[in-house]
Amino acid sequence: MTEISKVEIQIAEDKNKIVLQNKAKELLQNKAVDIIIGYGEGTDNTVHAVFITNPDNTSELIYDERCLQNLAVYLLKAEVRKFTKIGIIANIAVMRTILQLASENQLKEEKIVIIGITADGSLKEFSGFNELQEYIQLNNLDISKEDQEILNRLDSMTAEERWNYWTEQFSRCNKCYACRAACPLCYCNRCQVEYNQPQIITPESTTQGNFEWHFMRAMHLAGRCIECGECGRACSVNIPVHLLTFKMSQTVKNTFGITAGTDAKLGSVMSTFKPDDKENFIQ
Amino acid sequence: MRVDKIIEEAPFIKTFHLKFIDEEQGNKFTFKTGQFAEYSAFGEGESTFCIASSPTTTDHIECTFRYAGKVTTALAMKAEGDIIGFRGPYGNCFPIHEWKGKNLLFVAGGIALPPMRSVIQNCLGFRDDYKKITILYGAKTADDLVYKDELRNWEERTDIDLITTVDPGRETPAWKGKVGFVPKILQDIEPSAENTVAIVCGPPIMIKYSFAVLDKLGFDDKNVYTTLENRMKCGFGKCGRCNVGKIFVCKDGPVFTYKQLKELPMEY
Amino acid sequence: MDITRHLISKEKLSSLIGKCMEDGKKVYAPVKKNNLVNFAFISSFQEITNDYINTVQSAKPVLFPKAEKLMEIKMSKDNIELKSRDKNLISETIVYGSRPCDATGINILNKMFTAGITDQLFAERFAKTTLISVSCKKCDSKCFCTSMGINPGNTDGSDILLTEVENGNYLVEIMTDKGQKIISSYQSYFDKAPDINKDKYLVDVPVAFELKGFDEKIKDAFDSPIWLEQSMRCIGCGSCAYACPTCACFDIQDSFNGQEGQRKRNWDSCGFSMFTLHSSGHNPREVQSKRWRQRILHKFQYMPEQFQLFGCTGCGRCSRSCPTDMNIKEHLINLIKNI
Repeated sequence: MTEISKVEIQIAEDKNKIVLQNKAKELLQNKAVDIIIGYGEGTDNTVHAVFITNPDNTSELIYDERCLQNLAVYLLKAEVRKFTKIGIIANIAVMRTILQLASENQLKEEKIVIIGITADGSLKEFSGFNELQEYIQLNNLDISKEDQEILNRLDSMTAEERWNYWTEQFSRCNKCYACRAACPLCYCNRCQVEYNQPQIITPESTTQGNFEWHFMRAMHLAGRCIECGECGRACSVNIPVHLLTFKMSQTVKNTFGITAGTDAKLGSVMSTFKPDDKENFIQ
Repeated sequence: MRVDKIIEEAPFIKTFHLKFIDEEQGNKFTFKTGQFAEYSAFGEGESTFCIASSPTTTDHIECTFRYAGKVTTALAMKAEGDIIGFRGPYGNCFPIHEWKGKNLLFVAGGIALPPMRSVIQNCLGFRDDYKKITILYGAKTADDLVYKDELRNWEERTDIDLITTVDPGRETPAWKGKVGFVPKILQDIEPSAENTVAIVCGPPIMIKYSFAVLDKLGFDDKNVYTTLENRMKCGFGKCGRCNVGKIFVCKDGPVFTYKQLKELPMEY
Repeated sequence: MDITRHLISKEKLSSLIGKCMEDGKKVYAPVKKNNLVNFAFISSFQEITNDYINTVQSAKPVLFPKAEKLMEIKMSKDNIELKSRDKNLISETIVYGSRPCDATGINILNKMFTAGITDQLFAERFAKTTLISVSCKKCDSKCFCTSMGINPGNTDGSDILLTEVENGNYLVEIMTDKGQKIISSYQSYFDKAPDINKDKYLVDVPVAFELKGFDEKIKDAFDSPIWLEQSMRCIGCGSCAYACPTCACFDIQDSFNGQEGQRKRNWDSCGFSMFTLHSSGHNPREVQSKRWRQRILHKFQYMPEQFQLFGCTGCGRCSRSCPTDMNIKEHLINLIKNI
């Protein structure tokens, strides 16, 4: 990359940042939103989520390739939900999450203002879920090449090899539940692992307990995971838990032809029954 | 411990009379009024209840509990003769010896009578040490009152003034006691603060309003006692669950004066 | 006892650790695997890495395991049999490669577990554990040990502290009887210490904030809106508590298969939403901001009141583990400035 094009990119990024900050300021000043969830500078050249209610603080907002956290995880947080209208900086992962949450009746269209960011970093406003759906049809959220390679490798293993791989990975699991906390689709007020009548999942960090947790979580996300990869990124001991849910997503896609986060009226893949379903055991 | 006797006190509330399997251990066991223990339904877990009998009862101990969750439901399914686990006594106690020569005012709501009942029985065991004893006890309905036999006994005694109440609108035609929430009835009876110690146990909201009434009546917050009912697991200050400010409810409580509570953050 | 000094070469250190393992001691040391450095039981010195500023998880599992058996329970028709743990199953263990901040953390854990009633399980493990720490030549921006009153060469809490000096040699400082036992048992590995200034070989960790008086100042901040502001991005996982060398909250559970099973204690965290939930449904800390406040106040106000020490060593593990950049150093600076 030449020096000039690096500079060009920087100028474009700076321009986009100003556009974003101005739009955020405008929305807050006009009371079109009460709060904006976006990204701001964090420590050590990372970014973290920011929650802006004062138009003067919109200068904190940034957007660049470091902005990977799926901000939609905050949409259902008690402290955020109490605001009447929520603006959210939305990349593809956030957009798909919003559609999936809407299809699960967790989000009303009137409550959200979607401040979209396109692949080239520029701002795109969306008037509602229909426009969002159209955009998603044309723009995929692809999983990374590295992840796909590991998935292919896992596919080619024998069942025993795969078991050993995951036993080794889960041996580090502490049951900190960062994977659950970071996932925007894990919004149950009381997670299955927090029930003890009956106690289906062993809560402690042991081989059995760890397998039970991760398998159950992957099953509960079948047909719901939008492949943002936050769970794997959040894991402090580098367990690639996102591969489990990615595999689930791919399996659901191949078997039922459904992709999560593409339609605000999708319904639940694993619990919707139609007369024309290909399985005939129910007839 | 072996379950010696089971009493169905009220809907979802049971009392167990427990005896040590090892008699010698039982003979050596002592506790002070206000202390609690951890009761095990092996295979399910442990639950925290106060010891509801008085230390003056020496041949068995009693606990009264509402069954709501996994462990309490498992305990509630035990039959007479079954074995349960017992770990205790833990916590601090009511300083009943400091109350000698004073009037005692007991204010309790619902399932909170058990910790109070231990201290009432203990004081009644030394009745002459205390002056006037007043007991104000309320529950949602007449059915929800616990220790119904004991209440009848206290009513008949001339040396106790017992007032019972049920929630407004929940009285039955046969109900002869008062009608109204406990703090309201407390206000109505206007107990004198002079030389009186008040002990208040109940749900957080009942305590809050009762304290306000006692304040207005001029009670010194050093003379008002209560118990905190935080979630506890280990019972002796190690697991961290009942940490409120610089204290652990299990170790430094559960008995506190209103004055001590004022110094703690409101996290109970 | 007074601190005594020796010298050991890298080769002799490797042999020493090997000999300890041969003599039946288990060694818990930093190992690099899966792109991170974490403590693990090793079988050869070569497995140990020194390519780390600090390990991801602390050494606390060796004294306070993630899931620990309290007793075995066997139920039959008329009887319940309880079997206590066998403390002979605990091996003599050497923790190698802990940092001075880890050693301080273990000191703090020891204070917590032995105050009032002594926690027997912790005490048994502690009695059989020797800490050979290694002082720090590097730090990162998340380290703040010097703000917590310790430093990269601090000896408190370690039985032996190694500092790499010239020519691949290590200065050996011995602080305790446990440490002295290692020297006496393996005397031939150690040489006379040179007369050197240890500080030359340590990294300089800039002080980030003034801690003095913080525990007093923070007493008035209970109802401050700052807790909500700081914790908006916290997602309520347990990463910080589990990585922390001084966090030790636990849950007690019965784990059964039919009529037999165990009573266990497992790690828990005050950051989880159900930690303080009553069976009535009432929850004193029902929102994340109250749980964040508890984390800070417990470590920086309540523990000084209970034990006259802060519940934090400045190791920075919580900040490194956090998925949402809840950098405790930055939050503390912010608190000290604004309350």
